[in-house]
Amino acid sequence: MQSQATYNYKVVRQFAVMTVIWGIVGMLVGVIIAAQLVWPELNVHEFLSYGRLRPLHTNAVIFAFGGCALFATSYYCVQRTSHAPLFAPGLAAFTFWGWQVVIVLAALSLPLGFTQAKEYAELEWPIDILITLVWVSYAVVFFGTIVKRTVSHIYVANWFFGGFILTVAVLHLVNSAAIPVFAAGVLTPKSYSAYAGVQDAMIQWWYGHNAVGFFLTAGFLGMMYYFVPKQAGRPVYSYRLSVVHFWALIFTYMWAGPHHLHYTALPDWTQSVGMVFSLILLAPSWGGMINGIMTLSGAWHKLRDDPILKFMITSLSFYGMSTFEGPMMSIKTVNALSHYTDWTVGHVHSGALGWVAMISIGSIYYLLPRLFGKPEMHSKKLIEVHFWVATIGVVLYIASMWIAGVMQGLMWRATNVDGTLTYSFVESVKATYPFWTIRLLGGLLFLSGMVIMAYNMFLTMAGGKAVDAPVLAPAAAH
Amino acid sequence: MSDFVSGFWNIYVVGIVLVSVIGCGVFLWMQSTAKHVEGATTGHVWDEDLQEYSNPLPNWWRWLFYITIVFSLFYLAMYPGLGTFKGQFGWTSTGQYDGEMKKAEEQYGPIYKKFQSQDIMTVAANSEAKEMGQRLYLTYCSQCHGSDARGARGFPNLTDSDWLWGGTPEQIKETLTKGRDAMMPAKGVKPDLNGDQIKDIASHVRSLSGLATDSIRAQRGKELFGEACAACHGPDGKGMVGLAPNLTDKVWLYSSSEESIIETITKGRVNRMPAYGEFLGDAKVHLLTAYVYGLGGGEKAAPATPPAAAAPAGNK
Repeated sequence: MQSQATYNYKVVRQFAVMTVIWGIVGMLVGVIIAAQLVWPELNVHEFLSYGRLRPLHTNAVIFAFGGCALFATSYYCVQRTSHAPLFAPGLAAFTFWGWQVVIVLAALSLPLGFTQAKEYAELEWPIDILITLVWVSYAVVFFGTIVKRTVSHIYVANWFFGGFILTVAVLHLVNSAAIPVFAAGVLTPKSYSAYAGVQDAMIQWWYGHNAVGFFLTAGFLGMMYYFVPKQAGRPVYSYRLSVVHFWALIFTYMWAGPHHLHYTALPDWTQSVGMVFSLILLAPSWGGMINGIMTLSGAWHKLRDDPILKFMITSLSFYGMSTFEGPMMSIKTVNALSHYTDWTVGHVHSGALGWVAMISIGSIYYLLPRLFGKPEMHSKKLIEVHFWVATIGVVLYIASMWIAGVMQGLMWRATNVDGTLTYSFVESVKATYPFWTIRLLGGLLFLSGMVIMAYNMFLTMAGGKAVDAPVLAPAAAH
Repeated sequence: MSDFVSGFWNIYVVGIVLVSVIGCGVFLWMQSTAKHVEGATTGHVWDEDLQEYSNPLPNWWRWLFYITIVFSLFYLAMYPGLGTFKGQFGWTSTGQYDGEMKKAEEQYGPIYKKFQSQDIMTVAANSEAKEMGQRLYLTYCSQCHGSDARGARGFPNLTDSDWLWGGTPEQIKETLTKGRDAMMPAKGVKPDLNGDQIKDIASHVRSLSGLATDSIRAQRGKELFGEACAACHGPDGKGMVGLAPNLTDKVWLYSSSEESIIETITKGRVNRMPAYGEFLGDAKVHLLTAYVYGLGGGEKAAPATPPAAAAPAGNK
């Protein structure tokens, strides 16, 4: 069966290019706030103060950079593995423009001080409503394409993308529930959470941890399951493992949120339940790493001269490291040391830079030439440079934050012979400066890698032609 | 107090947690029994070349999974997790806190107690007490009053002889124990002051301590000061301990600029020193009192004349 229909690459192209652009923006804001910690005098204006820019950084890298990467790769993957073009192309175009509007509104409203004060869910209710509309459209396009598929089985990457889309919808709706403020009878963009006290905290961290689990893990595992076997040219290591770790992962992640609230007003039993499920989460998380890395077995030589594959395998190594570190940090006694220190910041970035960013970068490098009708990226050498700059950047970042975090935790609990604290808080701040400087350097390196990528991307696009590949007939072997 | 509004929720929590933990193990066991042909693919092909091997679950991974499940069940038997079930170890976070506090009290309590019976002057002169007092100060006071105790805008300097609430040992101890709440009302007792009049008063206030100012405004301000401010600050602006700060000295809590004084008069000032009595206990408060007393500005127990400065965070 030869079809004249083509895959919808337009929306994939748009999201892929914006991934790189928003990556630079989000990481630049990260570098700025890292510099503000080293030189507080850089807080030049309230709009550009640390407290306003920090949520802008997290929103930009997670939802703008990470979000665009997920849209691009999931739209690409779901069409090609369903052997059908995207369902509802008009809605798909709406998801692109709608998502860009959300990002721009975030970039304006957060520096202006509009916030719901919920971490990773700071955006105020009007933007939340737009997010909901975009997300429902995304679900319609994605699952519509699955329904339209011309193969009987649904490829594993699509389970993960599907799980991520459904769960993020639920998380967003529940946690962002808020009551808008009327000032003198006029509706304002300000709102207050629908929940109060410890329930509010629990719902926030149920959301917060599952934002990590579904947005930053399940979604990117979907990416991994398509692009790693493609780039390696090898079958996925174990179908059985993918089944077990998929269901175990999405089931246990839901329970792990309370470990963000150890030693707080949250009841002891809730903390314990959160802790044990965080430990159980170790094996399901590692299932994805094993399946990704073992997919390469028998093709290890390809790593030598394929920088894209290097990005992917390194991302899986960081994924394995941070998903080991996470359960360890959820243990109450470890958490008593690590909580509120820069260790947490290091942990998050080993996941965010090492895993999320690197798997996205590898996947986007895979996509760009295919989307713009080129045999390969403009310069393979620059991908290689990007890889090393980024890797050194991540290592500097997380190593400095680990040391800083453990040092802070130990300084805060050190006592004198009379039981008073050995160090006042400001002494721990002072002692952290060298590590914040190293972290800034690591962040700068990672950011410069993204700039190299943008350069490479634009040269690949130049003279290239936007192509939409023809829809392939499913393999006969079914 | 129970965390649950009815007995149902306890059973619900116990049930859903146990079913979920054990369910993970059962699911893993069921999936482990499936037949596999190592090295063969499942036969499905997507997008030209995407395939999956039919490899079984790696054994070490399976065991890792089982171990975490067994450990979780053990943990839930020992620690609170299954609803109201307390766990075999009887651990609670409040119990841990109380235990650590009790141990610390036993260990450190006597070190502080030995100074409690001595009077403040004696303690202030003791070098060991001074070191301990400084450590307490750095832990609990330095955030506001600064590591050098010289204060900051809105936070009084503790090293000079200007005391808003009195600098005798008793007064300092009372400040530490009960805290202090200070409030200067906006526009004093004359709520109809307009902007121009406020500026006049500010000029007069500046002139009180010899600062450069517009003398015509200051002249007009003097009269308005009598109406709006003198009730607390006194007709000569010298204030009174515990009531209103002395406006005639060189010490300013909120800066001496005309702009700041206008802001103070226009909006009033609210300030607060938190109470530490209950939190630190008498012995530590005693030591801290001596430390603050010894910083340089402490006054004799029974001063012959009222102290030179003073009062609510009010104006200065």
